[in-house]
Amino acid sequence: MIKEKVRVKTFKIDGIDVTGQSNATLLEVANEHGIKIPTLCYFEGLTPAGACRMCLVEVEGSDKLIPACTAKIKEGMEVTTNSERIKSHRKMILSMIFAERTHTCSVCVSNGHCELQDQAVDLGLDHSEVPYIHKVFEIDASHKEYIYDPNRCILCTRCVRVCDEVEGAHALDILSRGIDAKIIHDMDEPWALSESCTSCGKCVHVCPTGSLFEKGVSATEMVKKKSIITNLIKTRKER
Amino acid sequence: MIESLEDLNEIAQKKLCAQGDCEDEIRVCIGSSCASLGSEDLSKEIAQKMEQEGLQKRCRVKGVGCNGLCSEAILVSHQKKGATSEDLYTNIEASQADDFIALLQNKKDLKEKLYDLQQAFFFKQKKIVLENAGYIDPNDIEDAIAHGAYQALFKVLDTMEPKDVLDEIKQSGLRGRGGGGYPTGLKWESVAKVHSDTKYIICNGDEGDPGAFMDRAVMEADPHKVLEGMSIAGFACGASQGFIYVRAEYPIAVEKLTKAIKQARKYGLLGKNIGESGFSFDIDIRLGGGAFVCGEATALIASIEGGRGNPRQKPPHLSDHGLFAQPTVLNNVETLANIAPIIQKGAEWFKNIGIPSSTGTKVFALTGHIKNTGLVEIPMGMSLRELVYDVGGGASGEKAIKAIQTGGPSGGCIPEEHLDISVDYDSLKKIGSIMGSGGLIVMDESSNMVEVARFFMDFCRSESCGKCVPCRVGTTELTDLLDKFVAKKASKSDYELLKNMCEVVKESSLCGLGQTAPNPVLSTLKYFEEEYLEGIADD
Amino acid sequence: MKKARVATIWLDGCSGCHMSFLDMDERLVELSEYMDVVYSPYVDQKEFPSDVDLTIVEGALSTDHDIEMIKKIRKNSKKILALGDCAVTGNISAMKNLFGTEAVMQKAYFDLVDHNESGKYPQEIVPTLLDKVIPLNEAVDIDYFVPGCPTPADAIYEVLKAVLEGKEINISELTRFGK
Ligand SMILES: Cc1cc2nc3c(=O)[nH]c(=O)nc-3n(C[C@H](O)[C@H](O)[C@H](O)COP(=O)(O)O)c2cc1C
Ligand code: SF4
Ligand code: SF4
Ligand code: SF4
Ligand code: FES
Repeated sequence: MIKEKVRVKTFKIDGIDVTGQSNATLLEVANEHGIKIPTLCYFEGLTPAGACRMCLVEVEGSDKLIPACTAKIKEGMEVTTNSERIKSHRKMILSMIFAERTHTCSVCVSNGHCELQDQAVDLGLDHSEVPYIHKVFEIDASHKEYIYDPNRCILCTRCVRVCDEVEGAHALDILSRGIDAKIIHDMDEPWALSESCTSCGKCVHVCPTGSLFEKGVSATEMVKKKSIITNLIKTRKER
Repeated sequence: MIESLEDLNEIAQKKLCAQGDCEDEIRVCIGSSCASLGSEDLSKEIAQKMEQEGLQKRCRVKGVGCNGLCSEAILVSHQKKGATSEDLYTNIEASQADDFIALLQNKKDLKEKLYDLQQAFFFKQKKIVLENAGYIDPNDIEDAIAHGAYQALFKVLDTMEPKDVLDEIKQSGLRGRGGGGYPTGLKWESVAKVHSDTKYIICNGDEGDPGAFMDRAVMEADPHKVLEGMSIAGFACGASQGFIYVRAEYPIAVEKLTKAIKQARKYGLLGKNIGESGFSFDIDIRLGGGAFVCGEATALIASIEGGRGNPRQKPPHLSDHGLFAQPTVLNNVETLANIAPIIQKGAEWFKNIGIPSSTGTKVFALTGHIKNTGLVEIPMGMSLRELVYDVGGGASGEKAIKAIQTGGPSGGCIPEEHLDISVDYDSLKKIGSIMGSGGLIVMDESSNMVEVARFFMDFCRSESCGKCVPCRVGTTELTDLLDKFVAKKASKSDYELLKNMCEVVKESSLCGLGQTAPNPVLSTLKYFEEEYLEGIADD
Repeated sequence: MKKARVATIWLDGCSGCHMSFLDMDERLVELSEYMDVVYSPYVDQKEFPSDVDLTIVEGALSTDHDIEMIKKIRKNSKKILALGDCAVTGNISAMKNLFGTEAVMQKAYFDLVDHNESGKYPQEIVPTLLDKVIPLNEAVDIDYFVPGCPTPADAIYEVLKAVLEGKEINISELTRFGK
């Protein structure tokens, strides 16, 4: 095997010296060093979207906030992941996600295994700081194995990306824009009628919330098998 | 086929001679405002009747682009041979063809419709971008050539190296007219520096700000200026393909550009080996669906590539990862329309217009409670007061002017007491607004500033692409919150929440749309706080 | 030490959080050394008192009466504690928002009843439903949020003790939405 020249960059996260490969993202390096940066739309192995804005961090010398999941590392940069400003911004952004649609955790299939819920605990968010919007959408239970409840969707687009980038089906996309945006199958067909969906279920298992789930499970019972997808992506890359 | 500067000049001469035979020229504005009142039919009818009356030998009529005074549509001007300026007639009706025939036959005058060109509206303006608007026929490349089009391109091809062009543009101090004000020379240089076989020049004609129509006017009135600017950009940066992204809601602009491109190709001014110089450049048009967010650089590119018009996080910047992942220059229509004049007359000439930090002119679309609504081009550094009271003619009604909004949904409101500031990128920014792309809305005492802020927030809400949370949800929350203030049902906590949320949306959103959406609220909070406090119900 | 005057009230909730409160069992005895319950479904007191130190509110706000009540509570209490997901987020009560008040009334008073002689929605005695069910903090300022459905007794105990003792406490360690 030809030895690739890998350049390494050294910089600081929260005062800790870290090193990473020159083309790595901030988030990847932080993860490798056990520094926790909250994320929601990020999913290991998928193209980062920079959509949820939970991973925003500060870089010394700029007052802009940048998403760690898309930012490439730079030699000598000094990154702060947890200033008071970042913490309070994250809380409000997280509030916005809870307030946008209708998350009724107590009766949710993902209750107890939900990344959105976990974020609230990690950030100490005990209530939404913004008024509830309760944007309403119709549930799609047409598929024989899965259910899609857009009312619990946070538009992280993990499902869209996994379907496109890993399964190669591109059965999912986004309809409309702004607050009306919604994940759809094909041309907004009921899931069961989608011609491009292969029913592989990858979307269900990368979904961070109870928006995509298996039929037949009741509250708290839906545990997503995320490692299957991460391993799949890894093995394919290694081939 | 034009193969050299001589060929170009020959065409110009021929055209001028042909035109010189005529004693009178009637110019009918066929820009969007006038066209919507039937000016094109008027132009045709005048032409027909000239022939019937046997006037066609010494008179001619042509359709021209907008000269700016849209509030007085339809505009028709009469240029007599040898006269230094034209006679401008305003508020003409589509049915008045006979009156102009009578005018040409000296049987009648139209004094009651004659506009006084000595008004500040005209003499305080300085036209570079719009120099030909109202004079040339946008359907006729030869008319454009007769008025100097493509001279700059040949100067570049015959006498300059790409580096010289970059230096000239950098020297000129030209800054992007699309809103951000980024130095154009630097932008080009960063693309010129990258080694790549394929590079692109994109002209941003999306123009989505409510009430703005500067770029539309340029594209409609003088499309060749835009094409020429793009070709020069291509030469300077090493690109051979350009795209103009225009919203489909601008059918006339699309038509004029399409025609202009076709004619330019036919005359060898676009395509392979232009003027035997070895430089090739071609331009295609891409239509946008009219989403405001598609004016944002990365969303525009996604849209041209055929994808959903969603912005993406930068970096990577367009200079190394633009259209089809290639180095790309994206410039606004007005920015590009400044290029040929700068090359032709030199950076020094350009720098003498405006002020050092903001050189040249800026086109504004005046709307709202102002007498002269329409398009104006003024030298940078003019005071806002002069722009509004002299050029704009002041308030349209009885009530005094209360505030000026610039920069559209990304901008802010400037109160009357600050109107003495200079119109330039930095002064406007300092005061909490922005230059923006040139929309300027005048509001009189009857306007409620909270409602104004709400209007723009609602616009951002409906135009948000929905990709990132702070903008998608934040603009909805903020609109709802502002509703409460408008209804005077807000609470003290709502007031705090409003301020906090503005900060979060501004600092956390992915693209410029979300990042600037709170600006109208923040600037009205700064200058008209009491109107918000009045919205708080006491209990 | 003077005992704190504590009120509890149950608005649009299922009473589960009040049950959970009782599930503190013997710890209630301990707490009673620090507080007097001056108004509550547990005690016989008709009027909401005018000087309460802490009011614990279960349930979301669904009716005009709920709004009136929460405003009165705010006026008469030094601190308000939102107990349970309904009070904190709207929770089950707010699921009505997915269908709208009109649809819910139609279902309740026409579709699912054998007969409704008046052919109308009730206009008297029962309060009027709001267009939208909201959590407490969308109507008044709230001092403490203790989520959970129902909030576990342990969490209620720890939080109450901390509040009564004036100590800081990390609520996220004890409970969460849906717990
Ligand atoms: C939401 C949004 C909308 C925009 N719309 C336009 C537009 O309609 N026209 C335009 O030229 N620039 C628009 N811009 C700015 C462009 O992203 C870009 O900066 C500009 O076209 C660059 O050209 P310039 O340097 O010549 O100004 C918009 C930016 C944002 C964030
Ligand atoms: S998806 Fe998560 S946050 Fe939403 S209701 Fe279910 S458990 Fe709660
Ligand atoms: S359905 Fe799930 S994975 Fe897809 S966008 Fe919504 S929350 Fe994300
Ligand atoms: S800021 Fe708004 S328009 Fe821009 S990416 Fe985010 S949601 Fe889309
Ligand atoms: S994880 Fe980075 S923006 Fe969502």
